[in-house]
Amino acid sequence: MTTAVDTPRRGRRTPLASLGLHGGLLLASAVAVFPVVWVLLTSLKPAKYATTTDFVKEATLENYTGLLSDTPFLTWFGNSLVVAGLTTLLGVVIAATTGYAVSRFRFPGKRGLMWTLLITQMFPVAVLIVPIYNIMSSIGLLNHAAGLIITYLTIAVPFCAWMMKGFFDTIPLEIDESGQVDGLTPFGTFWRLILPLAKPGIAVTAFYSFITAWGEVAYASAFMVGDENMTLAGGLQKFVNQYGAQWGPMTAASVLIAIPAMIVFLFAQRHLVTGMSAGAVKG
Amino acid sequence: MAVDTSSQTVAKAAGESARGRSRRAGRPAGKLRRSLSTHWYAWAMVAPVTIVIAVIIGYPLLRGVYLSLTDATERNVARTIGVNEIPATYEFVGLDNYAAALSSSQFFDTLGWTVVWTVCCVGVTFVLGLVLANMLNRRIAGRSLYRMMIILPWAVPGFVSVFAWRFLYDERRGLLNQILGGAGIDAVPWLNDPTWAKLAVITVNVWLGVPFMMVALLGGLQSIPGELYEAAEMDGANAWQRFRNITLPGLRSVSTTVVLLSTIWTFNMFPVIFLLTRGGPGEATQILVTQAYRFSFEISPRDFAQSSTWGVLILVLLMLVAAAYRRALRKQGEVW
Repeated sequence: MTTAVDTPRRGRRTPLASLGLHGGLLLASAVAVFPVVWVLLTSLKPAKYATTTDFVKEATLENYTGLLSDTPFLTWFGNSLVVAGLTTLLGVVIAATTGYAVSRFRFPGKRGLMWTLLITQMFPVAVLIVPIYNIMSSIGLLNHAAGLIITYLTIAVPFCAWMMKGFFDTIPLEIDESGQVDGLTPFGTFWRLILPLAKPGIAVTAFYSFITAWGEVAYASAFMVGDENMTLAGGLQKFVNQYGAQWGPMTAASVLIAIPAMIVFLFAQRHLVTGMSAGAVKG
Repeated sequence: MAVDTSSQTVAKAAGESARGRSRRAGRPAGKLRRSLSTHWYAWAMVAPVTIVIAVIIGYPLLRGVYLSLTDATERNVARTIGVNEIPATYEFVGLDNYAAALSSSQFFDTLGWTVVWTVCCVGVTFVLGLVLANMLNRRIAGRSLYRMMIILPWAVPGFVSVFAWRFLYDERRGLLNQILGGAGIDAVPWLNDPTWAKLAVITVNVWLGVPFMMVALLGGLQSIPGELYEAAEMDGANAWQRFRNITLPGLRSVSTTVVLLSTIWTFNMFPVIFLLTRGGPGEATQILVTQAYRFSFEISPRDFAQSSTWGVLILVLLMLVAAAYRRALRKQGEVW
């Protein structure tokens, strides 16, 4: 937490303005956090009290123990981790190289590529899902993590590459030149000099890829079948059918699902503003 | 990063040197080899994206366009039943599907709501994001904590937050109605009444979208030099004039990008509608994407041709919007 109590740059704020500012931010924070906190609180109540309005009522972990022992939740969780982890790793590498090439070199096809990256965002899931399903089944990647990873890369990489391009634009060309003077290849320059400087951009890319892969529902439930292959998104759909409107286990599952995303968020959030702004400003 | 001023010259310099080299690439015969040797590393670096996009997006797109010109449904596509392979029997029907879609009130009703949904979501999200970014850009105690809490909805997986909202909206036992009940107000059918359901889905989407908008705009605000504000203040500009004449122009380039992106994303926002209301009650909250999905997955027999037709129409609409948007920006002298 920063406590910036030194004299403001321009004019002092009146107490009323301060109050308004804190009030507004508190309200916004409360609205942002509340639905999530409410789910967390509910998951800690015994199932029969799930819909009471009390914040805490006979706190218990029974929802969690029930979830972990009665369902293949951990398997789905592991599958999701593998898919999201690999998507993040590959997504960062591919987005970074693409972003760098588009930022530094002028080559035939560059404009076309930039446009393709933008247009790719416009493709509705509904048109792509059946043909992609057919492709995956004909190359035998259906029900296989790799198929899902490749699909997620097509969602995450275009936006990330755009963002990385903007970020690389803010790194001075002199650094590339100094690398070339020292005899590094273009790849060497990129890998050893530029990439370490692009940490905020990479943090945002990683965050975005992870969240995309972790939270995707449509492809996940169409491509993966069978308990041992399912990811959380697909697994949870099954779960809803099985438990009906039982809020208790559902809330516990939601909390567990949110945890890895939160961890990635905590690592990345420091860089989000710097990384995103560079990317979005230069677009 | 204190280097953003040099970035444009950098990019330009990089461009110029490379362009100079490729221009010298003399006779047509040696041209390909020459440009290959000049650009091979650039091409190698973009190759993975290009290949993946071509295979996973390009082919399905062509196939989708093709299907939209046929009468393919679940009954006549190639399929395997037991050991029997049944070949596809669907036929090419030209533009019939498009004619049918564009002369149906269903398409235009859905389109109307999709436009309302997109405009409302993007508008409200942008205003809220702008207000919050301005608030967070001041020196204020607990700034990082506020920022973290407000970004939080972005970090929660979509299906989890939609579930959380459904839990709050639940008509009989959800928290919102219990609070209203405590105050003596009748339960509101949040997801079961067409008008309330529309408000409910927009609320959830705004809640999900504000963090992205705010983070992007906050970054934009931080790149506006403080001296501009000081100079304006010396000249006697009040807070509104400073906001109007410095902040807003300073945010233009960020805003244009994020508004276009979130328009595209919202237009195609599948999970919120699908998981919250499934398009219901009736067809009240069905947007084009969820309707297209319904055609190929939820109705019987599954109608692939119609689904593809709607999908292609969505794509065409979005491309027209993006092109018009870019054109409008160009007219105002924006280099994007």
